[in-house]
Amino acid sequence: MAELAIEAIGLAKGFKEVEALKGVDFRVERGASFALVGPDGAGKTTAIRLLCGLLKPDSGRVSVFGAGPAEPAAKAKLGYLSQRFSLYGDLSADENIAFFAEIHGRRNYASRRDELLEFTRLSPFRDRLASKLSGGMRQKLALACALVHEPELLLMDEPTTGVDPVSRREFWEIVAGLSRGGMTVVAATPYLDEAERFDSVGMLDEGRFLALGSPRQLKEGFGWTVVEIACADARRVARILSSEEARGAGVAAAQAFGDRVDIFAGDGEAARRYALSALAREGLAVASSRIAAPSLENVFMQLLGGTKG
Amino acid sequence: MDAIAVEGLVKRFGTFVAVDGISFAVPEGSVFGLLGANGAGKSTAIRMLCGLLEPSSGRASVAGIDVAADPEGVKRSIGYMSQRFSLYEDLTVIENIRFFAGLYAISRRKVETEAERVLALIGLAGREGSLAGELPGGFKQRLALGCALLHAPKVLFLDEPTAGVDPLARRRFWDIIYEVADSGSTVLVTTHYLDEAEYCATVTLMHAGRIVAKGSPAGLKAERFPGAMLEVDCDRPAEAIAALAADGRIEEASLFGSRLHAALAPGLGDREDAEETVRAALAAAGFAVRSVERIPPSLEDVFIRVISESAKGGPL
Repeated sequence: MAELAIEAIGLAKGFKEVEALKGVDFRVERGASFALVGPDGAGKTTAIRLLCGLLKPDSGRVSVFGAGPAEPAAKAKLGYLSQRFSLYGDLSADENIAFFAEIHGRRNYASRRDELLEFTRLSPFRDRLASKLSGGMRQKLALACALVHEPELLLMDEPTTGVDPVSRREFWEIVAGLSRGGMTVVAATPYLDEAERFDSVGMLDEGRFLALGSPRQLKEGFGWTVVEIACADARRVARILSSEEARGAGVAAAQAFGDRVDIFAGDGEAARRYALSALAREGLAVASSRIAAPSLENVFMQLLGGTKG
Repeated sequence: MDAIAVEGLVKRFGTFVAVDGISFAVPEGSVFGLLGANGAGKSTAIRMLCGLLEPSSGRASVAGIDVAADPEGVKRSIGYMSQRFSLYEDLTVIENIRFFAGLYAISRRKVETEAERVLALIGLAGREGSLAGELPGGFKQRLALGCALLHAPKVLFLDEPTAGVDPLARRRFWDIIYEVADSGSTVLVTTHYLDEAEYCATVTLMHAGRIVAKGSPAGLKAERFPGAMLEVDCDRPAEAIAALAADGRIEEASLFGSRLHAALAPGLGDREDAEETVRAALAAAGFAVRSVERIPPSLEDVFIRVISESAKGGPL
């Protein structure tokens, strides 16, 4: 079996009135990537903070490359990018990296710094004050600072909140490059489309895993077939396909989007035939319809709906 | 009738042109998305439409009112809710509603009936006495929406309304927005979170002050990605990109975590052909393929393609 980067057993942590994590187990192999997804308050941030040794568990244990996360042996191998990354606005990009290098006791960091600036495509901006960088650039600079001591495990807490789509995609490409170089990557994110990029995903809610597995395994566990119906009056179509009659015909649920309705059914083909005839009867035009692969969002919605009624 | 009509709208700040001659129309009762990265000009455009900022040139009318001629009239006809909404956390649900009703100068006589209508709409009836600060995130957001709907605005502006919210709460929020639209109000959403844009019937994409793409989400996907899009799980994916890029039938290949996304040239025929093309290209180059699956392009894929084309001076 491959070497474990992280092993968490029965990990639990409570605060004043909330049990943030209620005993979770997971393992991440060296070089793998793992995403923690879940709603606000699900326990994602608590889990990340336990993994980087900022919090101590109430019960259970976690080890990072075989050591406790607060032990020096583990600490040196950890890089942490927090939700509200703290750069010094009145220092330049270069100076910020230098500052973090010195905190980590690195002396000869000049070449590492050049490498990081190159890697994050920030070299042209190295002399610019951090406060004058765009949001996307600040985030990449924070990543560079978290990597200055050459960690083997990168922990990130909602790293792309507030970042625009172009910067967000560039960020994940940079992270993919780190993974390819052998780094273990663990990130908390509220975005299911980001979780699709990871080797395995833990879906958290109220301090427990609702599901844990690779994106493919999680989707295979989704009980329904998704049928996408592209149509003009999506809201009306969704109402028709949420009727008693539609349920009787095997349409478990219908969700309106801007210009389409997604329906969920055990037998996708039968549901599609029913939907097309029901809509034709109402005189509603359907632009196209197709069986679609479920997304992690579909899976998560189903699991959340299942626990919350 | 169009609830929002914009023609050649321009806003200059000194020599900087924040909004550079945009035009669009939003039919009454529809849900419309204005998308763009930070700095694309969305906020400036919205501020003009809300009557908060005078246009440098061009025209815009909202709910039939010209924004330059009667900005105060516009403000009375619209509702506005931002992701960074401002509720009073130490006031209860009903106190927040009464406070906002006061701001909108709703008569005392009408406040209670309007409050009742809005509480039912946002699903918070029975929670009147809860402190806003103690509500879960999704509820707070619905309360903020309720406060923006108290004066029954004809046009509702939403700025990144569900950013960072979990999918179930987001779904519930949009169900309410759809009810608002069904009752005849028009909704304009600005966001750079493209999963929110999927809920809009029509979207426009702004870049550097201009509109660079316009259409329905499905229409834009079909237009920008006429060929199939595939997700590939194979050995040494980073190196496999080069093998795919060398095949003329594959327009674009990129890493997606430990997998690859490949956009194929149009006209490869049915599903099997597209998948076979990718399998064959990889097999010929010696990469073991574990799976090839067809995936729909996302609006984010569309956004990135449009932006990179306009950066290269491509078709606009």
